[in-house]
Amino acid sequence: MFNTNEILETINMVEREHLDIRTVTMGISLLPCIGGTAEKTASNVYDSICRKAEKIVAVTAELSNEYGIPIVNKRVSVTPASLICAPFPEKSRLIGKALDDAAKTVGVDFIGGYSALVHKGMTDYERKFIESIPEVLATTDRLCSSVNVGSSKSGINMDAVRLLGETVRKTAAATKERGGFGCAKLVVFCNAVEDNPFMAGAFHGVGEGGTVINVGVSGPGVVQHAIESIPSADLSELAEMIKRTAFKITRAGQLIAREAAKRLNAEFGIVDLSLAPTPARGDSVAAILEEMGLESVGTHGTTACLAMLNDAVKKGGVMASSRVGGLSGAFIPVSEDIGMIEAAERGSLCIDKLEAMTAVCSVGLDMIAVPGDTPASTISAIIADEAAIGMINNKTTAVRIIPAYGKNVGDEVNFGGLLGRAPVMPVHGESAAKFIARGGLIPAPIHSNKN
Amino acid sequence: MRAVLTVIGKDNYGIIAKVSTFLAERNVNILDISQTVLDEYFAMLMLVDISGSSVPLSELATECTSLGKGIGMSIHVQHEEIFNAMHSV
Repeated sequence: MFNTNEILETINMVEREHLDIRTVTMGISLLPCIGGTAEKTASNVYDSICRKAEKIVAVTAELSNEYGIPIVNKRVSVTPASLICAPFPEKSRLIGKALDDAAKTVGVDFIGGYSALVHKGMTDYERKFIESIPEVLATTDRLCSSVNVGSSKSGINMDAVRLLGETVRKTAAATKERGGFGCAKLVVFCNAVEDNPFMAGAFHGVGEGGTVINVGVSGPGVVQHAIESIPSADLSELAEMIKRTAFKITRAGQLIAREAAKRLNAEFGIVDLSLAPTPARGDSVAAILEEMGLESVGTHGTTACLAMLNDAVKKGGVMASSRVGGLSGAFIPVSEDIGMIEAAERGSLCIDKLEAMTAVCSVGLDMIAVPGDTPASTISAIIADEAAIGMINNKTTAVRIIPAYGKNVGDEVNFGGLLGRAPVMPVHGESAAKFIARGGLIPAPIHSNKN
Repeated sequence: MRAVLTVIGKDNYGIIAKVSTFLAERNVNILDISQTVLDEYFAMLMLVDISGSSVPLSELATECTSLGKGIGMSIHVQHEEIFNAMHSV
């Protein structure tokens, strides 16, 4: 017979502490879909996704019932679309529409992969593809886009950084009626990972298998509760407790991932244990940091707390799964975390501190609203700063920033649902335009020469 | 295939009777059972064999949730593997 306490602990995690499988993401290679014309390719893309992901919603509902763990999102990620649009870049939007239509047909929440990888150089077809992003994001609902502009091995492509600053602004303008919602579906990466199951940055790398299931597990509430249970513990005990909790959560993810892969006739890819908050109270990464002993997230000590949390989560996750991948760590999106939202409203959390935090956690500046009149060059400069942190520290960093059209500091953008609400945060007023206008490549750091 | 059924809620008359009748009607065999009452809260755990069950596990889980709502208890039935996975190395 089972240990009563263990069974009740699992049930408590689900019922009271928001333990869930955040996403089951099916990665699909679109390379076999390339046809002679854009129209033919778009139709192949639609058919291929509908065929492969046909059962994803039914299977995840069945698994959720059988194992008693909610599976919040069902998603699809695909080969970076710029590659399959290469012969006809001016018609990229046809592929975007096919992807969005397929997502709606199979019933997934989001589809990721309207993406381009331009970390070293940008071809003409890639430039045209990136220029199509604002319109495509404004005319689709479930499609997400990402662009990789730098890597530790290649440096930072500053021409791409400049273009993406403008792209972010254009996307905000094209979706201004929806609070710049398009920008919530656009991520600019450095060191993008090819097996990330989380949106908006998921895409299916070219080094991956044909059809793969990647699972993202979450559980900030579970970690917060575990820390609450040992209020006078020192930090090594705390790290140990986080590690053990992360282990249990990841094991649940691994089980679901293997079973989902089997039933969907796909390969098991990776489990990504990321503490991904939602705007619900009790499901917040900020609350974990505050439970560690900070009066408010954003104050001095935040970076140290987050560094420990992120590392302990990774250690627990690595032990628990045969294949850990994706981003694995702690996410710090502002609009999606009630503790971050409140800290930003109080003024105790600013972009500069968030930037420091991204040096020690698994992602970057995420879901941050800035004044609507922020110049493209400033957004590019923010992207360049993040990319530099990623490049030098050999980690993934990302920027998902929303210029809030017609709004200023003190206002708020409300997306609703899991995307939450974002208080408009101040940016520095001094210009970086001359730096951004230089273009070129920031060379890869010396420690990238390992061969 | 085995599953773990848990019943949690305020202690009351006839809980075990209702749950075991429900299971018998669906050809679900009870292998082991334990219960505790903490303060006034009742927690019952059953290990059940669902190999001969007349309904698939996911449907059984949905039916258990409604049964629980009907008698004011929280009832879950989950594949045993989830507990093995989370609590043993």
